[in-house]
Amino acid sequence: MAKIGILALQGDFYRHSLAVRRLEHEAVLVKDEAALKKCDKLIIPGGESTTFLHLMEKLNLRQPLLEFGREKAIMGTCAGLITLSKSAGHLPFPPLGLIDITVERNAYGRQVDSFVDTIRLNVNGTERPYEGVFIRAPKIAALGSDVRPLAWHKDDVVMAASENILVATFHPELTDDLRIHAYFIEQVG
Amino acid sequence: MLDKTFLVKVGLAEMLKGGVIMDVTNAEQAKIAEDAGAVAVMALERIPADIRADGGVARMSNPKMIKEIMDTVSIPVMAKCRIGHFAEAQVLQAIGVDFIDESEVLTPADEKNHIWKHDFKVPFVCGCRDLGEALRRIAEGAAMIRTKGEAGSGNIVEAVRHMRAVQTEIKRIQTLRDDELMSYAKNLGAPLELVQYVKENGKLPVPNFSAGGIATPADAALMMQLGAETNFVGSGIFKSEDPAARAKAIVLATTHYDDPDMVARASEGLGEAMPGLEMSAIPEEEQLNKRGW
Repeated sequence: MAKIGILALQGDFYRHSLAVRRLEHEAVLVKDEAALKKCDKLIIPGGESTTFLHLMEKLNLRQPLLEFGREKAIMGTCAGLITLSKSAGHLPFPPLGLIDITVERNAYGRQVDSFVDTIRLNVNGTERPYEGVFIRAPKIAALGSDVRPLAWHKDDVVMAASENILVATFHPELTDDLRIHAYFIEQVG
Repeated sequence: MLDKTFLVKVGLAEMLKGGVIMDVTNAEQAKIAEDAGAVAVMALERIPADIRADGGVARMSNPKMIKEIMDTVSIPVMAKCRIGHFAEAQVLQAIGVDFIDESEVLTPADEKNHIWKHDFKVPFVCGCRDLGEALRRIAEGAAMIRTKGEAGSGNIVEAVRHMRAVQTEIKRIQTLRDDELMSYAKNLGAPLELVQYVKENGKLPVPNFSAGGIATPADAALMMQLGAETNFVGSGIFKSEDPAARAKAIVLATTHYDDPDMVARASEGLGEAMPGLEMSAIPEEEQLNKRGW
């Protein structure tokens, strides 16, 4: 049983903790460095990326998160993806830059443009359908050479990973399908 | 009950959890709110304390002002329509606001009916004083509930009353036998299937936020400990002496609501809070929380 931290400054961290517990791992809500240090892996949830970055500065969490991400695995969904990226527009502080992707925020439009649609997920050599929930979602505008695409919606890459960082523009935590959480916990990093 | 449209609506409400949604009246205030770490802003022409002082009919805000705010910040923008005024809601959806608050803070347009919110693509938040009212609004399609409190009062007492009422009724339902639920639903004035959901899950089917009267970081921490999943702060920020500092402090206290040392540090050196009103100083017919049915 692994200790999976979920950054709980703001956002839908509770939904991620349910997914982690359903997979019979321990979910640890992380609001400070002490809790972070106890974790084997970390999830940065959906929420508001501007709020995350403000609170990370205020609570001195940037450096501990950077150190964690250099050694251990992190998954980021939606705002979590933005937080882990190399660059994204209109943020109060630079994102963490732990994965070489460039992000366009709110790329599909506003909430009226949010949607659920089937995406193509390929984590173990075969493409499978997966219901992707996209809420005011970002798009990955560019991927670095060490980043592998893992899922597509139409022509857009919606999930990708480097050696130990996994990011998705959609919300696997809002569905009951645990495949992506299981992949992260068992195979990333 | 979560079809795809409703899943997407509730999904945005899930993303706003653990945060602070701030009332703003112009682009400059919206920027202050975003820079303080707000998860969303509520765009309205007059904050509740001023609506209360000015009197007269309070309506949906000017679309031009709402659009200016939407162009200024990257966080979600909410706006209010009058209870039952579905044409105002249609306008807000056409502008592209991210969430509509069918709000008792504005003068009600319909004394009997609320909006049938399933007809809209934009999610709605509605106020409640108790569980029956919450479940009626959810049945009409609300994707988020906020306990009402008393907007513009700077007094937390009504917010506490409404949050406790909802939580107590949820606990009560969990103690009932299945054959007692129909009668309980009848008395609550709520659909049976939603009462059954509450019994099975011990919570509302949509996120439950708090509003109306939060003026200090400790108020925010209190509401989170009583079961709120996010705080709406209206007059409490921009009616205080130093709005930017107070906004940041309330954000910090909402995240660390269970850490009194952190709430204490957030509370230091903030200048004066908004003055606030005793409930006994607000005549019953002027209490905003009594609106809605």
